[in-house]
This record gives sequence, C-alpha cells and structure tokens, in this order.
Amino acid sequence: MPRPGFVLDVDKSTPPVLFWRGEGFSLEKLPADRSRIIYPAEPLPGLDDPDGHIRDALLNPHDMEPLPALLRPDMKLTICFDDASLSLPKMRRPDIRQRIIEAVLDHAAEAGVDDIHIIAALGLHRRMHDYELRHVLGDRIFDAFEPRGLLYQHDAEDPDNLAVLGETDHGEVLEINKRVAESDLVVYANVNQVAMDGGWKSITTGFASYRCLANHHTPTHLQETKSLMGHRDHSALHKSIWRLGKVLRDNGPKIFQVETSINTAAFPDTFGFLSKREWEWTAKDRALYLATEKSLKRMPNRAKRKIFHSMEAPYEMTSVQAGFTPSVHEITLEHVYEQHLVPVEGQTDILTMGIPFICPYNPEGIMNPILVMCMGLGYMFNMYRNKPLVRDGGVIIMTHPTYREFNPVHHPSYIDFFDEVLADTTDPVVMAEKYERKYAEDEWYTHLYRTGNAYHGVHPFYAWYWGAHGQQWAGKVIVVGGDPSTVRRLGFTPASTMDDAFEIASDVVGRSPSISHLHVPGVLVADVH
Amino acid sequence: MRALQIRRSAGKFGLARVASAVAPATSARIGPLEYRSIDDPDCPGDGWHRVHTRLAGICGSDLSLVEGHASTYFDDYVSFPFVPGHEVVGELDDGTRVVLEPVLGHEARGFAPPFDGAAPGDGDDYAHLATGHLAPGIQTGFCCSTGGGWAPWFWAHESQLHRIGDDMPDERAVLVEPIAGGIHAALLAAPTLTDVDDPIVAVLGAGTMGLAAIAGLKRYLPDAQVIVGARYPHQIALAGALGADEVVQASKLDRAVRRSAGCHIIGGVLSSGAHVTIDAVGNSGSITDALRITRPRGRVVLLGMPAEVRVDLTGLWHRETELKGAYTYGTETLPDGTTARTFDLAFATANHYEAERLLSATYRLDAHVDALAHAAEAGRRGAVKIAFDLRGDT
Repeated sequence: MPRPGFVLDVDKSTPPVLFWRGEGFSLEKLPADRSRIIYPAEPLPGLDDPDGHIRDALLNPHDMEPLPALLRPDMKLTICFDDASLSLPKMRRPDIRQRIIEAVLDHAAEAGVDDIHIIAALGLHRRMHDYELRHVLGDRIFDAFEPRGLLYQHDAEDPDNLAVLGETDHGEVLEINKRVAESDLVVYANVNQVAMDGGWKSITTGFASYRCLANHHTPTHLQETKSLMGHRDHSALHKSIWRLGKVLRDNGPKIFQVETSINTAAFPDTFGFLSKREWEWTAKDRALYLATEKSLKRMPNRAKRKIFHSMEAPYEMTSVQAGFTPSVHEITLEHVYEQHLVPVEGQTDILTMGIPFICPYNPEGIMNPILVMCMGLGYMFNMYRNKPLVRDGGVIIMTHPTYREFNPVHHPSYIDFFDEVLADTTDPVVMAEKYERKYAEDEWYTHLYRTGNAYHGVHPFYAWYWGAHGQQWAGKVIVVGGDPSTVRRLGFTPASTMDDAFEIASDVVGRSPSISHLHVPGVLVADVH
Repeated sequence: MRALQIRRSAGKFGLARVASAVAPATSARIGPLEYRSIDDPDCPGDGWHRVHTRLAGICGSDLSLVEGHASTYFDDYVSFPFVPGHEVVGELDDGTRVVLEPVLGHEARGFAPPFDGAAPGDGDDYAHLATGHLAPGIQTGFCCSTGGGWAPWFWAHESQLHRIGDDMPDERAVLVEPIAGGIHAALLAAPTLTDVDDPIVAVLGAGTMGLAAIAGLKRYLPDAQVIVGARYPHQIALAGALGADEVVQASKLDRAVRRSAGCHIIGGVLSSGAHVTIDAVGNSGSITDALRITRPRGRVVLLGMPAEVRVDLTGLWHRETELKGAYTYGTETLPDGTTARTFDLAFATANHYEAERLLSATYRLDAHVDALAHAAEAGRRGAVKIAFDLRGDT
C-alpha cells in the first residue's frame, strides 16, 4: 500500500530537503524545531485494465443513459479533450484521452455516427503542435481525422464559430464554440490532474470566447478565489463557472462528461530520487542527484529544457467516471483528494516552495518570469483546502532562477507584458483597467494565437491574476536564486541563498518564524485546520 | 598659443582607427590630434571677431575624426591643419559672452546669402564651403583659416555669433549648438506628421543628440508620441525627464513601437510602425533598425553622423521609406507655418530644459586624452556631454 502524505517536523537530524529551481534543484537545510515539511502521498496504484474501466464507465454512466443509447446515425457528435496543459509533465503514451476517445469512436462507429468532430479545448491557450496532438490522441485518430479537418482546435477569436447560449442571473454571458453549442451530443475527455480541473469548467472555459472568460478571469474574482483546489464555495471563479454551467445545462447541448484521476507518478526512474523522501535516498539516489545536479549546472538552459520537456510521466489512471457533469465531478474530486490531501495542523509564518521547470502554460516552452509568479502564487500557494499553509501577512519563499527569458513563439504578449505592464504596475486591478483590453484586442497577438502557437494576447494578465490572492495574502515574497532585477520587476525581493531569504523575511515575521515547506514533487493539497 | 590640432596624416588616422577599437584613450594619444604650439591664425577680414573659448564641447563628429572613422566625403570640405571645436561658448575681446553658430555660411565666406535673413546653414549649393577667401571648411572647427574652439581663442564671423546675457550660464550655453541640431532633426519629422492622428516618432539613441531631438520633439511637436530606445540607465532617466512618452532599452524599441502602432511583426520587421524614426546613432545597425520600425511611406531622419555603412535597402524600397539626413540647422518651418532660426529655438529650449543637466564633465585642454576617452565612452560611464573648460586660460 502506498504511504499517505504526512508532515515531518524538522529536527537536527533531518537531512537537507529537495527544492526545485527551475531546470535544476538544490538541497536546503531548514531550521530545526520550527520547520515542517509537507510530503505528498506516494502514488496510488493505477487501475489494472484502464481500457476496460473506460468501457465500463461509458456503459454505466452516472445519472445519464449509457453512451450507446445516446448515439444515432444522423447526429452531430463532438468529442472534446483537454489540451497540452494537462498532464504535467506529459504522460507516456497511450494518453488517457486517446484511450477514452478511441472507445467513444468505437461506439460511434457501431451506431453509424458519421458527423464527428474532435476539438481541443484550448480556451486562450496556445494551439498544440501536430506532434502534441499525435501524442495525446495517438496516430490512428490523428491520421483519420486531422487531414479531413475533423480534428482541430478551438478558436476563441473566430466570431463565425462562436455562439451565445444565454446569460446567468449575474449577467455573465456564456459564449462558446458554435460546433460544441450546436452538437446533439458532446463527449468531453478530461484528465483531472488537480481538483481545480473538470466539472463545468471543462466546456465553459475550454471552449469560451474572451468575452466569456472575462466574466470570471478578473482580478476581483481571483482575489476572491480563496481556494482554487478546495471547496468550490470559497472560489469566486468556480462559483461563476458553475453559474455558467447552469446556462450550459439549460440551453446547451447534451454533455457526456468523462473524467479521470491520475496518480502522482510524475517522473521516470532516472529521476526517481525526486519522488522519494530525502532520508530514504539510497547511495544510488544520492549519486544520481549529485550527477544530475552538477550536469544540469553546466548545461545551457535550452539543453536543460529539452531534457525535462522530453520526459514522459508514468502516470497511471486511478479512476474513470462518466455521465452527467456534476455527478461525475463529485466522484472525481473524491479520487483526486484521495491522492492529494494531506492533513496539516495550523498555519506557519513562512511557506517555502521550489518552483519547477513547468507550469500549465509552458509545455515545451520557457518558464518565463510571469509564469514563475503564476506557478508560485497562483498554483503552489493555492495547493490547500480550508486555509493557506502560510498565515495572512506571512512570507512566501520560492526558489527559481527567474531568468528574463521568453519563448517568442508561445508567449509574444508576455514579453510586452513584462516590458510595459510590469514596468508600470504589479497591481492586477490597475493593470486590468489600464492595459487588459489593449492586449486582448491586439491584432498581432490575435493573429499569432489563431494561426501560430501563441497564447492569446490577454493570457499574461490571466496568469498574473491567477496569483492575485497569493499576492494579497503574502506580506512579502522572496525569490532565492533569481535574477535580481527580474525578481524586483515582479514586485518580489531577491535573495542569494535560503539563509539570506530567512534573514530578509525576519523584517516581516521576526527571528524565529515557523516554516512550512511544500514538498514538490508530487502534487499535494494541504488540508489545513 | 597651445591648442589641440589635427594634421593630415594617413598613418595617424589609420593608427587611431585601429586603436579606437581597443581603447579610446589610445586613439587620442597616438592619433592625428596633438596638443601643441600653433601659430595664431590671421584675421580673415572685416566682420570677424576674436572669440576666447570658455567651454567647448566634444561632439560625435569630433570623435570620429580623432578616431579616424570620418568619411573621405569631407576631404575637400575641410582644410588641414585645423583646430577642432564647434560647440562653443566664449567671449569677445570686450567681454561679451557669445555662443557660436559654427557653420561657415555664405556671409562668413564673403558670398551673398541665398535669401534675405538666411541662417549660415541655409542654401542649396555648398560651393561656398570650399571656395572664397577662407580655406575649405564646413564649420569652425574644420577650417584652418579660422581656428576652432579647442584652443584659447579663434576667429568667428559676426554672422556666427549669438550674444548671451548673464542669465545663461556657460554650462547651458555650450549645449545650445547640439540642441539646435536635435531640434532641426525633430522638425524634419513635421512634414510627415501633417494631418496624422496619433503620430508616433521613435528616437533611436539617447546620447546628447538623441536627447536634444527628444527635447525638440516635445517642445515643437507636442502631439507626437515619442518612444525612445536608450542603452544606459542614465539615458533612460534623462529621456523620461525631457518628456519622452515611453523609454525602453534600445533592443526593445521595436516592440514598444509595435505596441503603440498596434501592428504585426513579420520576419522581424514591423508591418507598420513609427511615422518617423530619428536615428541618433548613425551606424549600420541603427539604420537597419530604423528602417525596420518605420511604417511604409514613413521617414527616417539620420541625425547621428554615419560614415560607410552596410544596410539592406530592400525594405526601404518596398516600404517607400524616406531617408532624410539631418545636418546642423538653419531656418526652420514650424508646424504652424511660421519660420524661425534653429538657434533661436535652441536657446529657448536650452533655457526651458535647463540644458546644463546634460553637461557631465569638463577637462582642461592638456587633459585631452582623458577627455576624449571619457567622451568616447560617455554612455557606458554614465555621462552625456563632455567639454573642455578654458576659463581662466585667456
């Protein structure tokens, strides 16, 4: 049986703990007797026969008829799937989405359905490269559908292919992909890597227009999203999405939601030490760590990225359920929490975290400074239920090189956001008022989003808003090992070493602060009481 | 008298050129410029005054000569040996302080001006610069007949002199000449901006001339959005202080202009861009960049003095870009149709912006090696304008 997550109180015998530093690592000694390390649970065992479980889920859905009963020859069937932002890192082939869609296509073929479109739920993310589509869907699906124009990616800026389905009682307009809106049946294949994913969010964000996303991707909503991974009632974002979900349910197509949970087996054996608890490292693990760390230090960033992004995670599916979206999603959440939840008592003055090489917005790309903020304050800070690991006004310490590098193909508007917007303000409310529309409507960014592999022009704002709650919550944010001027541009404080960071933090939290370290990998949600 | 003088010496020009690539101080030491005793120049005639140098600036064109980079184009427009120095505030024998307008125009050279009230820089025939009773020389500081500002005194014609009052300090007055050059470049943008909504002017480079152009743009073309690409932090700060709407690192000027123009970047070139770009650097790279960021049928104003450059002009041809030189000053036509002498505008501008803030350091003439090295590395060393201070020497 895999061991559950737990909290280790640091004492003098505790070995140094692993921190990610982008495309590298470090081992840091945390102060004894006032530090604790939150370790994730070990990966749960995967389902033995994933294809069998998928078939079973399609035939025995929750609160809906079995999939075959929903299929008929003259229907419009649209199959949707999560884009390259899931999973992280990408899972080894065959991807779960391929397994689900192949099973759905088998049923569709048996039913004689021939009007089938397969669409990536891109939202405002970058278009996937063909090789990424092949990776997610497999060659068979790609070769059968893509050349005929039946496999494509959502375009949030194509006015001819958007449809308004209605409005919530809060005046939020639901505008989504027209093909999805006008389908007789939509099957959505989800990879629910974290609790935030899935549910009504799949379609109402994955197929939304900018106008529609602008309902809830606002500084205010994200500041009022007190829990991204926990209770939905604590998230203004999710409450808005669930209201839009009601509009979708009332006015939209029939949706057959397929959700899956995966375990946390994120790294192949060569990086096995990443997932182990440090005191259990064998001599081989230590040698591997030292060799890896030293080799990475000597490599140019480009080479390091190539190594990390080419890794394929040996994730395994731990559950699959299908049917009516809310019913399915509640079961999925149980499975996700079973893997992720770690009970934790109380908050501390400081939260430390190592920022890895990847976040949902840079698959195959560069973790630029805005994404460092997004990953640190938007995602990792938010890996809690009930209340944050760090107290209100406490200090967040991150480790990352925070180089001033951008992928010009993926992140063109991020470059300008860094140069223009962050040079002026780091306040999400101010930047939203002053700059968001200009970036959202910039013709060049739109062109690159629609025809290239660029994130939408407004995306850096959303990445920044994602950290808005953490930004408000923290009394100070310190980045260890980051490029000082870049770190300052983010509104954070640079520090050379972890000890320097603790010294700097003492201005806010005193000389003997309590410290929590969020151990990554794998993924965990601290259930803080 | 003891003065800095440049003599024609192909060997020394060559040595200076090689040395400048390594160390500016070395090129000043072994190049064609020497601090030596020279014969007093003869008075060129009636209407000429002895001007005792107080402050004399070091200009980019001076540096290119000292470092052996100047174009052979000027070979027949200068006369060796000459005393450089054309950015000058000095005083006449009677103690009146004057600013020099250095162009040796028609009147100074004994020719009828091209029109009544013409400034020394006006006209469309430059024969007078190489003929007449003076030896060839485009300006004071390039002519062996008159001497130049890098000496205790020199000769200047009445048409070149602007008398100043006690309210203008020397440190401000010595900046009037470069500011006039910047204003001239700024006003060369005006015809392209006529009837344009939301005009954008990009300025590439924020050394003395770039800053002077920014001052001219903000004062005389206030509707233009001025976006500046600067290299050093102090240049960024000064450009902002002079009123530039946006100042970015030079390498990011293209993206800043794109953001304002709302255009695309296609193959590294803006699909549209600035209506006018003022290139205050003047080398192959800056001209290439200026052509990249200027919109089709826009204008590139070359303010920085180029020499031989290598530039792909395909884009210029395709975009019908106008390439416009901006040499010195003369009579300007303002956007409201009125005319004014550039130097009069420059005096007002220098006073408005308290131009002495651009004067970073002064040196005595005998410290010319250090002075020229400082001027050659002004940006890197946090400086803008370097000048010689001869006060007390005469």
